[in-house]
This record gives sequence, C-alpha cells and structure tokens, in this order.
Amino acid sequence: MLTSVLLPFIAALFIPLISKWKEKVHTGIFVTLIPLAVFIYFIQFIGAGFEPVTREYSWIPSMNMNILFHLDGLSLLFLLLISGIGTLVAFYSIYYLHTSEQLGQFYVFFLLFMGSMLGVVLSDNVYVLYTFWEFTSLSSFLLIGFWNHRERSRYGALKSMLITVFGGLSLLGGLIFMQVITGTASIQGMIEQQELILNHEYFPMILTFLLLGAFTKSAQFPFHIWLPDAMEAPTPVSAYLHSATMVKAGLFLIARFSPMLTGSEWFFLFVSGFGIITLCWGSYMAVRQTDLKAILAFSTISQLGMIMAMLGFGTDMAIFAAVFHILNHATFKGSLFMVAGIVDHETGTRDIRNLGGLMTFLPITATLAVIASFSMAGVPLPFLNGFYSKELFFDASIHFNEGAQGAVAIMQSILPYLAVIGSIFTFVYSMYFFFGTFRGESNMDKLPKKPHEAPIGMLVAPAVLVLGVIVIGLFPELINQPFISHAADSIKAGDIDKSISFWHGIKLPLIMSLAVLAFGTILALSRPKWQGVYRILPGKLSLNSFYDGTVKRTETYSTAITNGYMNGSLARYVRLIIGAIIIVTFSIMAITGSFTISNEDLSALTAPEIFIALTMVIAAVGTIITNNRIAAILILGVVGYGLAILFVLYRAPDLALTQLIIETVTVALFLLAFYHMPQLEKKTETKRKKSLNLTIAIGFGALMSMIGISAHSSKAFDSISDYFLKTSHSLGGGDNVVNVILVDMRGLDTVLEITVLGIAAFAIYGLVRLRRHKDEEG
Amino acid sequence: MADILDVTQSLIQIVTTICIVVISISIVMLLYRTIKGPTNPDRAVSLDSIGVNLMGIAGLLAILLVTTKFNDVILLIGILLFIGTVALAKFLEKGVIIERDMD
Repeated sequence: MLTSVLLPFIAALFIPLISKWKEKVHTGIFVTLIPLAVFIYFIQFIGAGFEPVTREYSWIPSMNMNILFHLDGLSLLFLLLISGIGTLVAFYSIYYLHTSEQLGQFYVFFLLFMGSMLGVVLSDNVYVLYTFWEFTSLSSFLLIGFWNHRERSRYGALKSMLITVFGGLSLLGGLIFMQVITGTASIQGMIEQQELILNHEYFPMILTFLLLGAFTKSAQFPFHIWLPDAMEAPTPVSAYLHSATMVKAGLFLIARFSPMLTGSEWFFLFVSGFGIITLCWGSYMAVRQTDLKAILAFSTISQLGMIMAMLGFGTDMAIFAAVFHILNHATFKGSLFMVAGIVDHETGTRDIRNLGGLMTFLPITATLAVIASFSMAGVPLPFLNGFYSKELFFDASIHFNEGAQGAVAIMQSILPYLAVIGSIFTFVYSMYFFFGTFRGESNMDKLPKKPHEAPIGMLVAPAVLVLGVIVIGLFPELINQPFISHAADSIKAGDIDKSISFWHGIKLPLIMSLAVLAFGTILALSRPKWQGVYRILPGKLSLNSFYDGTVKRTETYSTAITNGYMNGSLARYVRLIIGAIIIVTFSIMAITGSFTISNEDLSALTAPEIFIALTMVIAAVGTIITNNRIAAILILGVVGYGLAILFVLYRAPDLALTQLIIETVTVALFLLAFYHMPQLEKKTETKRKKSLNLTIAIGFGALMSMIGISAHSSKAFDSISDYFLKTSHSLGGGDNVVNVILVDMRGLDTVLEITVLGIAAFAIYGLVRLRRHKDEEG
Repeated sequence: MADILDVTQSLIQIVTTICIVVISISIVMLLYRTIKGPTNPDRAVSLDSIGVNLMGIAGLLAILLVTTKFNDVILLIGILLFIGTVALAKFLEKGVIIERDMD
C-alpha cells in the first residue's frame, strides 16, 4: 500500500530523464502507466465483502508519528477516482500537450500531485494527512502556474496558494487541538473518543479550523474565488485537480471527520448552510460566464456545495447520496472539462460568444457533451447518473428527523427551496454550455481555426468517462453494492438504505425534478432577457475585488507600518531599544516586586570618594552640555581619570593602570578621528524630542541604579572570591590575584578577549586599506 | 616610644588628609577651567595639571592606605600625561597627531 502511494513520487524522480526523449516518445505515455498500475492495484479491493485494512509504516517512531494508512470504503472510492481519472487525464494530456511544451515539468508536478492526493485519502495519522494536504496545495500551485509566462496564470496560482494554504494552516491548528485532546494522532482513534471532543471547551475552535480547511480546499463560499482563476492551468489539470480530485479533498475531510462531528448541530448548520449557499451562488454565477472553463469552474463550485450540503445533513440517505454524487460528479465533470479542452484545441477559442453550431464539425465531442451536460443538469432520463444523485439530494433535503428546534428547524424548512433554486440554475447553465457551444448558428469567421473533429486519442478519455456516466445510470446497483455502499458505511455506520431504483413512483422528489426541468427550460430560453440581473446582484460586490483589495491593502499597510518605524535614523532605533528595555524591565520589577533596599552590608563613605564622585558627575554633565568638540573629549578624559582614581581608592591597581592607558589612548583616538569630522554643531532638535531623549536617558539611569541597588541588597549566596584569595599562590603560583585569575583560573576568557582585540585590529587595518584601494582605483 | 609612634601615625594621617583636601580643591578649580576654559589650550593645560594633581592624590592615597602597590600608577600617570599633553599640543598646533610620510 505504501508502494502505491510512493510510486508516483518515485516516478516523478525519473521524469526529467525520460522527458529528454520527448521528441521521439511523448513523456505522457510513461506517465499513464503509473496511475493505471495504482488503479489496478486498488480495484482488487472492490467487492461485496470488503473490510477496512490498516497498515502502519515507521516514520518518526520516537514522536509516535508513523505513516498510518487506513483503507476503508471512503478511501477506496477516492483512491479509485484519483488513479482512474488520473490515468484518463494522463492519456488525454498526451494528445493535448504538444511536445514543444515543458513536458518534464508538467508530469513531475502531475505525479507529485497524484501521489500526495493518494496520501491524503489513505492517511489515518493526522500529521501525515496534513503533510500530504500541503503537498497537494503546492503541486496545484505549480500546475496552475505551468504557463508561467502568462500574467493571469501567475495571478491564479498565487491566489489559490494563498487561500488553500490559509485553510491548510487552520486545518493543522484543528488537528493539533484534536491530537492534544484525545492523545492520539490517528483519525480512527479520535473518532472513538468522539464524546471527549464534542464536550470539550475547545470544540468550537476545532470545528471552525476544520471547516476552514475543508471550505478553502473545496472552494466553498466565500473561499470559492480561487477556483475560477485556477482555470488558467492546462485543461488536463483543470479536469483532474479542479473537478475530480483536489477540490474534493475538503469533502473527503468533512466525510472523514463527520462520524465524530455530526453529533453537533453547529456542524449541520455550518456545513449544510455554506454548502447550500455555495450551490446557489455557484450555479447562479455560472450562467453569467462566457468562458467554457469558467462555466465549468462555477459549476464545480456549485456541485461541491451540493455534496457539502448533503454531508452536513448527516441522514442516511444524504450520506449515501453524497458519496454517490462524488463519483458521478467526477465522471461527468471530468469529461466536460475534456470536451472544453477539445473545443479549445480545435477552434482556438473558449469564448462561448464566438462558438456555436459546432455539432456538425465535432459530432463525437458533441455527443459526449450532451450526455455529460444533461447528466450534470439532472435531466430525468434513466441512463444519466446525475439524475439519480440529484433526486436523492432532493429526497434527502426534505426528509429530516422531526423535532428540531430553533435555527436547525428553520434551516431544515428552507433547504428544499434553496435546493430547487440551485438546481434550476444548474439546469440553465448546463443547457447554456451545451447549446451555446454546439447548437445555434455557426460563425466560422470569428474562430481562429477551422474546426474539425479531434483525434481519436483525445476522445478516448472523455468517452470512457461518459461511458461511466451511462453505465452508472443504467446499472446503478452494479456500482452500488460492491463499492458505494462501503463508502457510505465508513462515513456513517449503520443500516443505510442503499438501493437505487429507476422509478420511485410519483413522489415529491420527482415533482421537484420536473419543476426544475420546467422552470429551467423557461429560464434557459429567456436567458438574454434577464441577463441584466447580474449587474445588480454581484454588481460591484464582487468577492474577487474584496480579495484583491485585501492583498493590496495588506501590502500597503505593512509597507506603511514598516516605513513608519524604520526611518533609517539610528537615534530613533536606540530610543526604541532603550525605551523597550526600560518598560519591560520596570514592569517585570514591579510585577515581581524585586526592588529591595537593605543597608546592612554597606561600608562607610569617605571624603575622597565623595569628592571624586562629585568631580566625575560635574565632568559628565559638562560633557553633555558643551558644544566644543575638543572640550567634550577633554572633559570626558576627566571622567576617565576620575574612574582610575576611584580604582585606586578601591585598591585595584591593575584596573587603575589599564584604565589610565586606555583612557589616554581613547582620547588620542578621538583626537585622531575628530580632525576628519565636521565641527560639532548645536543640535537643532525639537523640544519634544529633546525632552523625550531626556526622559529615556533618566529612565534608563534610574533603572540601572535600581537594578544595582537591588542586586547589592539581595545577595543570595556568598561570593567565591575567598577561594581565589586562598589558592592564588598555592595553585597559580602568583601573588597578584587579579593576574592569576586572568591567565590561570579563567584563562579562556583572556584568550577570547585577545582574539577580540586581534579581530578589531585586523578590521581597522582592513577598513583603512580597503578605503585606500578604492581611492586609488577611483 | 610607642606614644611617639602613635603620635607620628596620627600626624601623618592628618597631614595626608589635609593635603588630599587641598589638592582636591585645586582639582575642582582646574575642572572649572577645563569646562569653562575659553580656549582649547586652556583646557589642555588644565587637564595636564589635573593629571599632576592626580599623581599627588594617588601618592597620598598610597600613604593613607599604607601600600606600595600604587607606585606603578603614579609613574604611569606621569608618562601618560606627558604623551597625552604632547599629542594634544600637536593636535592643537597642526591639527593631526601622526603625520603621514611626505614621500
């Protein structure tokens, strides 16, 4: 099982090598074999007696993070969709992509995506799931931006990346919460502890995070905006990622966690609510589009919303209808995308306003399109699978358990109406898609190419999918018993009524279907007359402009904020740093109450000390207020010499010696540098700034004094200096304790100080020499 | 005998303290000159004098603290003062301390 997931990744490694011969053999031929192999492997699991399989492979055992695979009905449904449609799409892409394209890159991304998608649906460990989840986002980003010379492609790739990664990170948050609460990283293990999570105080956050992850990935309202822009990808990618697989990852996630979450009525409200809004909004917006792929994109959004709504219902019938529709949608939507790709390929345009009357030129394509789009519309014909799932959807929307209260009850009562409204628009755009492209007047002069039927190879993949539509439509029980029912079982255990029959009798769902048919026909025929409504409803309230505005505003604001405090003035940075130190340290001292004064350990003051201290204070203040630069440095010299005398007073001859030398050298260095500097001018700073500087300086001084006093007043331990005094001679062989410490007891520090001096010397030499070389060159 | 020694010792202490006070007063006056000093040569000379006074203070402190460890300090102050004052003088005179080779 691990091999099947890793196979695409391993194959992706070899694609760059194989793609070198792309002129002779199209790389896609090799790629097609890989999903086919995976498909053949997984199809063996199908059967009435299917039982879930769990496998564990060691990954990071020390953190209890292993690659845990759990193959149940739901995973199997997705695995077969991914590998099966993957095979068809890879085959289709052989004819779609010319060998002059960068095939190597395309198929590497493609295989990466497929492998990670397989991983998402098989994973039972949440962290493994998240890893693969982000892999799908990344590879989708790469695939959308495949034609990276186009501005729109880059825009679409960035948009989808931002939105799906935002959702992915929320998902990670939710997963971490659940792992912390339940103590296990296994999804099945979490489901077993359902009660614990449902009653936990963090449950609202978990639900929000999980739903954000699922809604962004599955393009639910209002995060659906990335999907239409992802249509800049090559058509095989659109067919694969943005109709059949990746956008269903969110549905998969909801389905996977729904055994755990259905206990909460918020789950129903949010998932069904957003799903039904997405259904209506997506189908409503699809009618407005003029690009074939944009119609399909909005159609995908609305169908995903429908499945999401059904997952939210949580009733037996709804769950069954949801998994059934996942399969159905993958078949007809995949084939429709491929049809759109063929039309684009053969006529050179995808703009439906320029297309029309292609039926005579592309008869096979038109046949495929008519079956797929009628299935999408849910036209009540018994050989279309879309009809069954739509009817099951209607059925589910009117059959709820009675006795619900409050918002849930309101929601349950309006759901059927919204479902019908959404389906009417679904019908309208499906008809629009088919009749606008293949019927009506043909206007050849507007087409860039003279249309003719596509090559056989290109037609194979959509034909297989349409065949799937019909087979499922004619023999639903064939798919149902060994396959779909297991998927429904794994979402909701129990006795689900899993039979699909051609004829229910004249019941409410059928009447709803007929109503959709009737109203849909009227609206489709009168479409040009009410097109103006789009200027009112989405009008200027576009979510895209909101997104663009957000991205732009984020950039402007962050630039403004950065420029606001990073103005390049070092004085300001020092003010900020020192100010922060003052505030933080003072607050910590205030909170912990660590300011202590004790005067038991003080020695008596002597007159020389007071005198020298006063001298130094006077000199220091003099340094600040003087405007003469040489005067400033000379007065500073007084401070240095005063310090040396203080060292003398406190019986530190070595320090005094060093201090004297350093002071003199520093003064000399200042004098050296001052010659090259402009005259010190009177600072022309505003009063506010001056007082701010003064405040900060005084504050810092006060802070340091307080810390010094506190540190002296709270001695926790005796000092270790006695040891040095005792052992200086016996261990170090010297009577100068300071020097023995420097070179013997703590010699390492001295070595490093010497190194510092050496580095400084080299640096100065380097700076001076470098400057000179530049002068000479210049 | 012991009395004489005691008297001598207290005498030395008193005298040293008086000397320190006197030198301190002169340092304060010199400090006034350093800060106020109308011209930079004034400041240079006053700094030099402060240094000489510091040598005195260091010596007196050594007496007061009864130690010989500060003799180095006194000598060092002397050398550094000389070097520093020469450097200052050269700076004030020529504007540079170390002249570049003119070749």
